Amino acid sequence: MKRHLISAADLTRDDALLVLDTAEEMARVADRPIKKLPTLRGRTVVNLFFEDSTRTRISFEAAAKRLSADVINFSAKGSSVSKGESLKDTALTLEAMGADAVVIRHHSSGAPHRLATSGWINASVVNAGDGTHEHPTQALLDALTMRRHLSGVGRDLEGRRITIVGDVLHSRVARSNVLLLTTLGAEVTLVAPPTLLPIGVEQWPCKVSYDLDAVLAKSDAVMMLRVQRERMNAAFFPTEREYARRYGLDGLRMAALPEHAIVMHPGPMNRGMEITAEVADSPRCTAVEQVANGVSTRMAVLYLLLGGSEPAITGTRTDSADADGRPAAEAPEAARTEESK
Amino acid sequence: MSKILIRGARLLGGEPMDVLIDGERIAEVGTGLTAEGADVVEGEGRILLPGLVDLHTHLREPGREDSETVLTGTRAAAVGGYTAVHAMANTFPVADTAGVVEQVWRLGKESGYCDVQPVGAVTVGLEGRKLAELGAMADSAARVRVFSDDGKCVDDAVIMRRALEYVKAFGGVVAQHAQEPRLTEGAQMNEGIVSGELGLTGWPAVAEESIIARDVLLAAHVGSRVHICHLSTAGSVEIVRWAKSKGWDVTAEVTPHHLLLTDELVRTYNPVYKVNPPLRTEADVMALREALADGTIDCVATDHAPHPTEDKDCEWPAAAMGMVGLETALSVVQHTMVDTGLLDWSGVADRMSARPAAIGRLAGHGRPIAAGEPANLVLLDPAYRGAVNPADFASRSRNTPYEGRELPGRVIATFLRGRATVMDGKLT
Repeated sequence: MKRHLISAADLTRDDALLVLDTAEEMARVADRPIKKLPTLRGRTVVNLFFEDSTRTRISFEAAAKRLSADVINFSAKGSSVSKGESLKDTALTLEAMGADAVVIRHHSSGAPHRLATSGWINASVVNAGDGTHEHPTQALLDALTMRRHLSGVGRDLEGRRITIVGDVLHSRVARSNVLLLTTLGAEVTLVAPPTLLPIGVEQWPCKVSYDLDAVLAKSDAVMMLRVQRERMNAAFFPTEREYARRYGLDGLRMAALPEHAIVMHPGPMNRGMEITAEVADSPRCTAVEQVANGVSTRMAVLYLLLGGSEPAITGTRTDSADADGRPAAEAPEAARTEESK
Repeated sequence: MSKILIRGARLLGGEPMDVLIDGERIAEVGTGLTAEGADVVEGEGRILLPGLVDLHTHLREPGREDSETVLTGTRAAAVGGYTAVHAMANTFPVADTAGVVEQVWRLGKESGYCDVQPVGAVTVGLEGRKLAELGAMADSAARVRVFSDDGKCVDDAVIMRRALEYVKAFGGVVAQHAQEPRLTEGAQMNEGIVSGELGLTGWPAVAEESIIARDVLLAAHVGSRVHICHLSTAGSVEIVRWAKSKGWDVTAEVTPHHLLLTDELVRTYNPVYKVNPPLRTEADVMALREALADGTIDCVATDHAPHPTEDKDCEWPAAAMGMVGLETALSVVQHTMVDTGLLDWSGVADRMSARPAAIGRLAGHGRPIAAGEPANLVLLDPAYRGAVNPADFASRSRNTPYEGRELPGRVIATFLRGRATVMDGKLT
């Protein structure tokens, strides 16, 4: 695996399966009386959140803590960032504090990529959602969920038909899922009104349909994306009701799905908009299970990026300078820096 | 002023000739020239062109002297082979009064490296609502002939119509930054396959093309002339080609970066590639080169847009748009147009000197290399190959997209009215 996780495209099929298989192992920890592994003891994981996202942040926080990492939550609100500090200076600060991994959520597409490639920090960077670009750990947890229901633990998603419905244009979840699910062999169909599909979508490795009803019967899983009500103010669709009628999943449409098919939602749900309460609360809806899978998936990602090939307990940062304050030649650090170039 | 003899340089890429400069003018052009006491500049293997003229330069002074000043910008221009630049109006304060354009003009005079011809704003504060005092700027010491709200589009059709009409009184031209504002709200890059994948808000070609289409029709309707700034799409080329075929007085410029770079570079998320209009596709680049070669696009203009490091050393959407270009323009044109066989050196002289000077109604520039003409010249070595190193720039800013890229050609000497502003590749 690469040193950072910025895009679902960073993952080969083998990488993705390794993450998913590792996540299954991590999931078993949750069943233990003490839900903790010593694996990342002494490592520091920073949750750098420039955008409000309690759900994703606590998921990463729980994942890091279950691996015994030290977790620092850095949220932009009320911090130096709101006083105009640049991403670069924030990064340099985190580097100086000895972050081993930075989990970043940012409103700007590409911010994690900048953080990982600009030479500002040596830490591993995990993209926890950037603008309207990608959200790779969401795609991984979605794949984990699908695999359990549709193909079985240890397998890929070869031939499974996954339908993703909603605001693809603004969705980082859709982008990461198209890339990852295709890597895992699934056939992805995007369904949205034409206004909510990006220009160039026909080049993506998936099918596109404007008609939800036409694809339901051929879907092994339907993933409903959150649609912001404000979008109608920019004329992406006329009204909430029209959107719900044409692209919302209700009981009738759910009945058109094959019996084994699941309904997914990355949350938070807009009940009554893209999904009705009847569907959201049905046993076929995996939204809550996805949340649980999120923690094991993020444990797997952090473990593989930070500890996977190293012993569980490594030297701490304070060892890197000798008594005279000279930096010692710290082999693992040097190696990581070179690797990044 | 002493005499200078440029010996054996290929005039406009043609046969080697000697050029004798006496004072501010070219005294003689011929072979086997000698001149007692003249400084000799060896021109063998080198190309001699008229000094370059830029229709589109952001010198940033007054207001953003942290990124460029008239002095540093004209030094950069001289290094790039320019003897005249048009300083865009989007300064702080905006160059929308006779006072501001005269200030910029005077700073240019004082710099001595390159003539500075201020561009006046079309509307007060570039806000697109009220015409600026175009006549006062035209009548000022700066003698403004090019008016532009560049950075912003004159999107109101009535204001654009009136501006086109009004400047006829003094032979002015409106240089339009063609960008339909509603279609480009929050736009970050070219709208296409790459923007869809990167999740960056798209800047669609139609936002440029629809304004150009409207403005060539308006110019025809009122019998005025319009100039299109930094044309960037294949569709825009088609519209300008059509307008010219009608005999309408429409001119257009293209930047060096739009002749070379594409939106694929945005995949790096490195804001050094962020520019407005954005980098387009390979097909657009090819159409622009072809249009420059066949004259549909009249000239190359740099859109030299200096920005301080902190405005680029950040995440993409937070970064400023623009690239410096004065010091690399000729090399990029050689690389994309000359070395590809699309344009010869006399074509380069036409597109980078004669035509921009004509569009700007600029006297004394873009002239033939002949006895009696002002000695505004650039001598370049086309055989040179070297990687671009921003640390070497004379510009105060370093935001070049070409760092580390090997480009051909190098300016050896630049002469502004007989005085060398650059000699042996270095500022004098």
